[in-house]
Amino acid sequence: MTRKPLVSIVSAGMSKFGKREGLYGRELFAEAASEAFERCPNLDPKKDIKAAFIGMMGESFEHQGHTGPTALDWVGLLPTQAFRTEGACGSSATAIRCGIFAVLSGFADVVMVGGVEKMTHRATADVTEYLAMACDFPFEQWNGLTFPGLFAMVATAHMYKYGTTEEQMALVAVKNHHHGAMNPKAHMQKEISLEKAMSSRVIAWPLKLYDCSLITDGASCIILTKPELAKKFTDTPVHIIGSGQASDTIGLYERKEFTTLKVGKLAGQEAYKMAGVAPSDIDVAEVHDCFTIAEIVAYEDLGFCELGKGGRFIENGQSQIGGKVAVCTSGGLKSKGHPVGATGTAQAYEIYLQLTGQAGKRQVDGAKIGLTHNVGGLGATGVVNIYRRG
Amino acid sequence: MVEEPRPFTIESFYNFIKERKLMGAKCNKCGELLVPPKPMCPECFSKDLSWKELPKNGKLLTYTIIHVSPKQFQALTPYAVGIVELEEGAQLPGTIKGIALDKVKVGMDLTVDFDTEQATDEWPQWPRYYFKPMHYM
Repeated sequence: MTRKPLVSIVSAGMSKFGKREGLYGRELFAEAASEAFERCPNLDPKKDIKAAFIGMMGESFEHQGHTGPTALDWVGLLPTQAFRTEGACGSSATAIRCGIFAVLSGFADVVMVGGVEKMTHRATADVTEYLAMACDFPFEQWNGLTFPGLFAMVATAHMYKYGTTEEQMALVAVKNHHHGAMNPKAHMQKEISLEKAMSSRVIAWPLKLYDCSLITDGASCIILTKPELAKKFTDTPVHIIGSGQASDTIGLYERKEFTTLKVGKLAGQEAYKMAGVAPSDIDVAEVHDCFTIAEIVAYEDLGFCELGKGGRFIENGQSQIGGKVAVCTSGGLKSKGHPVGATGTAQAYEIYLQLTGQAGKRQVDGAKIGLTHNVGGLGATGVVNIYRRG
Repeated sequence: MVEEPRPFTIESFYNFIKERKLMGAKCNKCGELLVPPKPMCPECFSKDLSWKELPKNGKLLTYTIIHVSPKQFQALTPYAVGIVELEEGAQLPGTIKGIALDKVKVGMDLTVDFDTEQATDEWPQWPRYYFKPMHYM
C-alpha cells in the first residue's frame, strides 16, 4: 500500500527539444511555462504561484547567470520569489526537491519548478569544456578527462567486472531512439540500427558517438501543490509519493566502486521506502541515460535487475515499452535530448504524461506508478522521485 | 627549530610534484590517508595532519582513450587516461604515457613519473604527474 503523497503535480510543460536557433533560454522557458499554464485553466499563475525554483547548470553557455528572475520575467511571474538550483545535469531534479520542501514547510502552497539550458549555439569543444566543469578540476579535468571520458571509465570497469559488452550498451541507444521516434518533442526523432550505433566514431573508448546523449536546447516545468489542494486545479493530478537525494565525491577517482553510482542507489532506496513501493511496482521510469552505460548502471542501482545483469536486462528487451519496466519512453537524454538544466523536470514531465494517459504513441498501457532518476555530474548528485496516478 | 608543515592544500600537492614527490596527508588522530590532501580529516574532523610520501607504483583500475578532448588537449588526442591504485591504497587519475594505446589493460602495473616543464596555456601552470609502464612496452 503506498503512502500519502508528499505533493501533487497539477500541470506540466516542456518546450520542443532540439537545436533551437535564434532563441534565448528564457524564451524556451516561456514556451514550457505557457504549456503548463494552458493545460491548467483553474490555475491563476500570478495569484497562485508563491515561489519558483529553476535549475540551470552553466552561465558559460549564454553568458547569463541569475536564472531565477530572468525566467520569471519572461513568464509573467514577477515579483514572485525565485531561486536557481544547480546540481550539474541534475539541476532541475534538485529544484523538484526544493519545491517539495517549500510546499511541505507550508511557506508556499503552489510552486513552479523547472529547468532550462541553451547549448547548441556553442562549438562542441566549448560545450565539452563547460560540461566537464561538473567534474573535478584539479585532478580530472587537469589530466584531460572529459564527461564522456569519465563515464567511459565506468563502462570499462563494468566490462571487466561483469562482462558487459559494447553491443549491449549500443542496444540502449537503439531502444531509446525507438522510443524517441514516437515523441514529437524529441530532439532526434529517428530510429537507429545496432550496426549504425556500433560503427559510429569513438568519442572516449569504449563509448562511441551513439553512446552519448545529445547537446540540446530546451526547457521544462511542473506545477506542484499540496495534495489536499490538487483537485482545485485538476481532476487528474499526479502525486509524488517518495523522494530521495544523495551526494558523493566530486572525483570518480576518490571512490571504491566505479561500476555503480552510489547516489542513484541511495536516493532510490530512500524514495522506495518513503513511497512504500518496490522496484517491481514501477511501470514506467525515466532514468539518467547521459551515456548508454549510465542506463545499464541505473537498472542495477534502482533494483530493476540484479547487480551486474544490466547488460542482459537490455539485451532481453526488459526495459523497452512492453517489457518488465518501460525505461526512457520519452527517448531519454539519448534521443529526446539533454539540455542539462532542463532534464530533471523534463523527466517528471514525461512521467506526468504517462500517468495521465497523454503520452500518445508511446503510452504505456495502464501505467500507474512512475519513477525518475536524475544524476548530476559523474554521480556526485543523485535524485530519485516516485510518482502515482491521482 | 621545528618547521611548520606546508598547508594541506591542492597547491601544496602540486608544489611537491615539482620536487618529483607524490604526497598525501595522514591524519594523526584516526590514521586516515587523505589523497588529495584536505585541510581537515573528513573521517574524524581532526586538523592534526602530517605529510606522507606515497609509493610510486600501482595498478590500473580503469581507463579510457580520449578521442574528443577539451581544446587544451586537442594536440594530444587520442590519449589514455586512467585511475591508478597505488600500493597502500591511495587512488589518483592521470594520463598514461610510454605505451601503445592498444596495450593498455586494466590490472597492469604502472609507475608515476613527473613532467615539470610542460604546461597548458590557460590553466594554472602547475607541473604534472603521469603514469607509465614499469618497463618500456
